[in-house]
Amino acid sequence: MTQDAASRWRPRVRERNAIGRGFAALTIVSTLLGIAVLVALLVDVFGDGGSQVDGHFLTSYPSRFPEDAGLRSALLGTLWLLVLTTIIAFPLGVGAAIYLEEYAPDTWLTRFIQLNIANLAGVPSVVYGLLGLGLFVRWFALGRSLLAGAMTMALLILPLIIVASREAIRAVPDSQREASYALGATKWQTVFRTVLPAAGGGILTGTILALARAIGETAPLITIGALTYIAFDPTGPMDLFTVLPIQIFNWVSLPQEGFSELAAGGIVILLIVLLLANSIALFVRFRLQRRFD
Amino acid sequence: MEAGTAGTRRPDVALDLSANDSASANGPVKPDVLVTENLKFWYGSMMALSGISLNIPQHEVMAIIGPSGCGKSTYLRCLNRMNDLISSARVEGRVIFDGKNIYARNVDAVQMRRRIGMVFQKPNPFPKSIYDNIAYGPKVNGYRGSMDDLVEHSLRQAALWDEVKDDLKKSGLELSGGQQQRLCIARALAVEPDVILMDEPCSALDPIATTRIEDLIRELRENYTIVIVTHNMQQAARVSDRTAFFMLDEDGAGSLVEVDETQRLFTTPSDQRTEDYITGRFG
Repeated sequence: MTQDAASRWRPRVRERNAIGRGFAALTIVSTLLGIAVLVALLVDVFGDGGSQVDGHFLTSYPSRFPEDAGLRSALLGTLWLLVLTTIIAFPLGVGAAIYLEEYAPDTWLTRFIQLNIANLAGVPSVVYGLLGLGLFVRWFALGRSLLAGAMTMALLILPLIIVASREAIRAVPDSQREASYALGATKWQTVFRTVLPAAGGGILTGTILALARAIGETAPLITIGALTYIAFDPTGPMDLFTVLPIQIFNWVSLPQEGFSELAAGGIVILLIVLLLANSIALFVRFRLQRRFD
Repeated sequence: MEAGTAGTRRPDVALDLSANDSASANGPVKPDVLVTENLKFWYGSMMALSGISLNIPQHEVMAIIGPSGCGKSTYLRCLNRMNDLISSARVEGRVIFDGKNIYARNVDAVQMRRRIGMVFQKPNPFPKSIYDNIAYGPKVNGYRGSMDDLVEHSLRQAALWDEVKDDLKKSGLELSGGQQQRLCIARALAVEPDVILMDEPCSALDPIATTRIEDLIRELRENYTIVIVTHNMQQAARVSDRTAFFMLDEDGAGSLVEVDETQRLFTTPSDQRTEDYITGRFG
């Protein structure tokens, strides 16, 4: 019998351990490869454009002469667009997510809507640009204004915010809702006092990451006709505007000496804005995300 | 601060002098706070409760025991309409509280739940401070008295005050499991309910924490009516005045086999199935 027991098992411990180590090495290589590409990009961009970034670069308007040119109007345009897009997209996105998760009955229609919101998150951004051009610029007659741009960007990131917020709301355990109801809270009180505070970290993280995507988008704004040369500060939502990626795109396409360095400088600023936004997202996640066991 | 007001809200239901309540060896017969009449419950098309009729007397501890999956928790959650949150759930029959069927159209579940509180199987404090955990219920219900006093009183009632009084700003999640469950009891007490439903409140706790909760349950009986579901027969014997034994019937739906004074149910049960269960022959 003992002989049988020994012959029934073939543990191959050394092989299994070797496979385990090989797999660990593979994951390390993938990680390092990703980091290496990112570092190479940063080194290259900062090497080319780092010297461009100074006070003059940030406070000057674009110019035909590379040594005079700056990205003041593009930076201000990006910041304006960021604020307006947030004001439009955040309440709409979170509101839709609350409805879908907390209020909507579980019917085929609800599931159909949920599926399509997920699909909308994958629609190419230029399509949103065309929609914005037809709907906001022409039909609403908003022209090529910041408002039209922000509404277009809001459409673009709305699905991302809804999906991220729904995930965050769904991650709140039902035991929390039950605790609230059992104390005599209404549905509204339960949503606002228990569900949203608990989901807040995830909702804000998702929103900031969606906004970071909006900052980097060029196609929809070119489609709605944002200008490439703006030599004044945007002062209100109805003003014409440009944004950093468009300014960079414009500089890259100019053949004259000096403009490619300006483009590199613009990329440095854009990256800084993006990294800043992502750091805020990380910080918010760290501060607000609650743990339930 | 009047936890004693519970006693002034007597339900207007006629006393039920059936066999279950006739035993009045320890004092006068107490009025029933919750009366369940032929309560049936379905999850979708599956019947989970097949007509439960059970009277729960005031200021007593009613224990509900029975094998796993026999509908104990489902029944408990019917008593404050917690099952409303399940979309496929369906209820028939009546649960009379304060003279009204809580499932009647004109009864507001929100208002009713303030008076029939609940403590859950797993401690579920909010990810807020100890103080804010207690203040949550009073705030949502428009409490206008001194919140500090109410928080202290509730924590004292739940025998937690001395352990947390110096650090009320600490997150409720940082407490130990047993402390968290007492925090949840204090939170339930803060809205001054008449009835507290407890769904296996000690199943996630160690023996020492369990003992503390059991002591607390016996104390709270002075001012509150308590219904406790437990899978632990010793616990039912230790804390309850009256015990109801649930079992699945031949159709697979939860049904009430027998209810009696705890001492009598555990020594001389009248149903053979009860005897088989408490002597460990099944379940």
